[in-house]
Amino acid sequence: MLRIEGLRAGYGAAEVLHGVSLTVAPGEILCLMGRNGAGKTTLLRAVMGLLRPMGGAVWLGEMRLDARPAHRVAGQGLGYVPQGRRLFAGLSVAENLQIGLMAGGGKARRDEVLDLFPRLRDRLGQRAETLSGGEQQMLALARALCLGPGALLLDEPTEGLQPSMITAIRQVVADQRARGVAVLLVEQRIDAVLPVADRVAFLENGHLAEVMSAGALRADRGRANRYLGV
Amino acid sequence: MEFGPHLMLATLEGAVTAAVLALTAAGLSLVFGVMRVVNIAHGEFFMLGAVLAWGVTQAVAGPWGYALALLVAPLLAGALAVAADVTILKRLSYDPERTIVATIGLLYILQQLTLMTYGPEARPVVAPFDARIALPWVEHGAEGWRLTWPWGLGTTVWKLTVIGAAVAVLAALWLFMARTRAGLVMRATQADREMATAFGVPVERVYALTFGLGAALAALAAVLIVPIQQAHYLMGADPLLLSFIVVIIGGLGSLPGTLVAAVLIGLSDGIISVFFSPTLAKILATLLVALVLVFRPQGLFGKRAA
Repeated sequence: MLRIEGLRAGYGAAEVLHGVSLTVAPGEILCLMGRNGAGKTTLLRAVMGLLRPMGGAVWLGEMRLDARPAHRVAGQGLGYVPQGRRLFAGLSVAENLQIGLMAGGGKARRDEVLDLFPRLRDRLGQRAETLSGGEQQMLALARALCLGPGALLLDEPTEGLQPSMITAIRQVVADQRARGVAVLLVEQRIDAVLPVADRVAFLENGHLAEVMSAGALRADRGRANRYLGV
Repeated sequence: MEFGPHLMLATLEGAVTAAVLALTAAGLSLVFGVMRVVNIAHGEFFMLGAVLAWGVTQAVAGPWGYALALLVAPLLAGALAVAADVTILKRLSYDPERTIVATIGLLYILQQLTLMTYGPEARPVVAPFDARIALPWVEHGAEGWRLTWPWGLGTTVWKLTVIGAAVAVLAALWLFMARTRAGLVMRATQADREMATAFGVPVERVYALTFGLGAALAALAAVLIVPIQQAHYLMGADPLLLSFIVVIIGGLGSLPGTLVAAVLIGLSDGIISVFFSPTLAKILATLLVALVLVFRPQGLFGKRAA
């Protein structure tokens, strides 16, 4: 269970998130939606400890994360797939995975992850930046899965990908849900959310505006448009 | 001496310069590459290496003293750099501009402390072993090709040792970066500091290690060259300037580029110094830097900033 309580965070003196509370249960995909600048990425970065929270708390199970140094967060089982993938350029595919493994899993974990992404197995020696966009996204996801996460934070993982890649990535994410991983997924487009989400949360100007079930959203898509401005 | 043997002599001198320069510049390049810190005090860690080598060889005489200096000087210089990282650079959050000012301050502190304790004299350190060796030359005479021993064409065993040792250390550095876990973590930090943190890399500890390793490389280079050069409290200026030249030409943060540029600058420095003048060698090297900055600002091997 990933529990975020009254999280406040921002850049310098400017507060972007004004006390957001959310929980993501094991085996649940919670989609976080909102306009550009609503604070979605800021929320993920604050949960990861990359931004020091100005207030509030983050819990993974019984473990409080926000009081720890940033590099001690991942090892507690928090896998992060950032916007724009941010692979370690210059490092090979195998080395990118190795960094993920250092924070958690072992050799067996690596094989498990590579079974999910057979295309990466063929490219282990290749430098990460020479992969295609879709393969890079797979690697970013694989790197996060290497640490055997209890919760996954995904920041627009299907942005700019071709449909076959989107399907493959969704499949892996759904598979993680089935294994009991709590998934917090940031998305901009409602079409990307509906096929996978269990619940949807809307952020507006750094406040949590509404949380609804995916079923309710499907029945009333107009509700979403109010928060997304489309 | 004829042109051929003369050129060979100049090339050998240049190779010694190149070897020491490659070690020193590799340290500077590593620190910039991983930490994005321009370490103006880098030359002072070089100077400290030489001064510490003098101190150790005074305390323990003979070849063992020198062997000990090879170990102790880089370790002490590295430890000092780690302390400087933790107490100064870390507190500045590794801000690129403020760390430049801070390392300028560090330069003067180290230099003046050395002047106050070690003094203004240049002091020699004796090589653990040395001998002059004459080098042969091939000449075409009336009886065909024959081997001659031109007068003055020779070098010392120590100079060849310096070249060999530098090559060995650089190979070890490459293996460390490419094959070890610590090297992998350093490269990941270089590629993306924040993502390294997000995957559990203790970036501040990596930075301290990197800064220490960079200083240790400079100190080691100085221990190797000090039997040829003497230890002096102002000796850090030249290696700093040449290291910057090398690192800019090779591409900031690129180790292969640094090595190629060190060989290029070292050899040309040796050859031009012997045939023309050391001043001309520096002028040409600096001109080359200017040309690189104008036409290929990312350096010969560097990647263009995205």
